[in-house]
Amino acid sequence: MPDLQHQTALDWTDHIHRIRAQDQAAFKEVFAHFAPRVKAFLVKSGADLQMAEECTQEVMATVWTKAGMFDPSRASVSTWIFTIARNRKIDMLRKRRRPEPEDLFWGPEEEPLAEDAVVLQQETKRLAEAIRALPEKQRHLVEKAYFGDLSHTEIAEETGLPLGTIKSRIRLALDRLRHQLK
Amino acid sequence: MTKIKHHLNDALLMAYSAGTLPEAFDLTVAAHLSMCDECRAAAESFDATGGALMDDLDTLDLSDDSFAATLRLIESAPTVSAPRKRTKGVLPAPVQDFIGGDLEAVRWRSIGMGVKQAIIPTAPNATARLLYIPAGCAVPDHGHRGTELTLVLQGAFQDETDRFGPGDIEVANEDLYHTPVADIGEDCICLAATDAPLRFRSLLPRLAQPFLRI
Ligand SMILES: [Zn+2]
Repeated sequence: MPDLQHQTALDWTDHIHRIRAQDQAAFKEVFAHFAPRVKAFLVKSGADLQMAEECTQEVMATVWTKAGMFDPSRASVSTWIFTIARNRKIDMLRKRRRPEPEDLFWGPEEEPLAEDAVVLQQETKRLAEAIRALPEKQRHLVEKAYFGDLSHTEIAEETGLPLGTIKSRIRLALDRLRHQLK
Repeated sequence: MTKIKHHLNDALLMAYSAGTLPEAFDLTVAAHLSMCDECRAAAESFDATGGALMDDLDTLDLSDDSFAATLRLIESAPTVSAPRKRTKGVLPAPVQDFIGGDLEAVRWRSIGMGVKQAIIPTAPNATARLLYIPAGCAVPDHGHRGTELTLVLQGAFQDETDRFGPGDIEVANEDLYHTPVADIGEDCICLAATDAPLRFRSLLPRLAQPFLRI
């Protein structure tokens, strides 16, 4: 029985499922929430306003066209949109597609387990709270790493982020997916 | 598949997720993630960190026309590019994207003692290359100024630190001078990336270095 917390965590997931079915109203809500965050991320990582505006539109267009590849057992909608924005930023800088691992996603016939998706969304929320609660200095380092001010040699080999639980949930989802792909 | 023993560290995974690695490193990390679900799960949890940070940023308004402009983009978008087919070859999908095929598409050049390499063209702040080490042969003894990543795609090699089999990745820093030697059973193929020129101890490879671009 989903409690209220599950509901809110799953909210955006439902939107992406509706976008898959070409629901423009759902897309408008996703746009209103995420586009200003994507733009802020791009500006923070060094894009000028004009470039960030154009890039954000492209990122949001990709949310529509790739909605079918979103996997709620491995990522929240924020996570997924972040990866699209990051990739778009790199593609623009390099004028070439960022090297991505082999694609692994559910085909049209199969879906991830609903329970896996619920747990993953909860874990993502917990992680976000844990990051907010980090000591000021450590949180600052994490932000610097993500907004492009630190090179890989300046990042600690052990980042100290509490990723253990979310990582094992994603690992489980990958195992199920691999099994399905066989 | 044999179990992978040597993995990426948090610093590389986080930088990959943040999108701040040089292209040659992005390629090598993506190749390892294609072979290693343990690190893929870790990389995706670093993505979740990025998503959480993006969520918490102070928002920036878009121009009035932006939603309409996005819908126009969607309308004019070419049909969604089909996801890459899962490949069965020796080279992981992201490497095949760069080479334009599997091993048969690689243009090897000899670098002596039976060892061959093929430079993969990437952005100039780091270098990626495929290495072909015949069974039982050694790569000349070398050190690094920066970081060197070596991912085994086929066969195995042994150096002063350990043995590395298929899927294993060695992360070598400044302090490591090593001589990788391929296992006797099978020719070894690796993907290696460096963000600074290698340092050779013996004179010959050092003289050849500018020419070989390693
Ligand atoms: Zn690994």
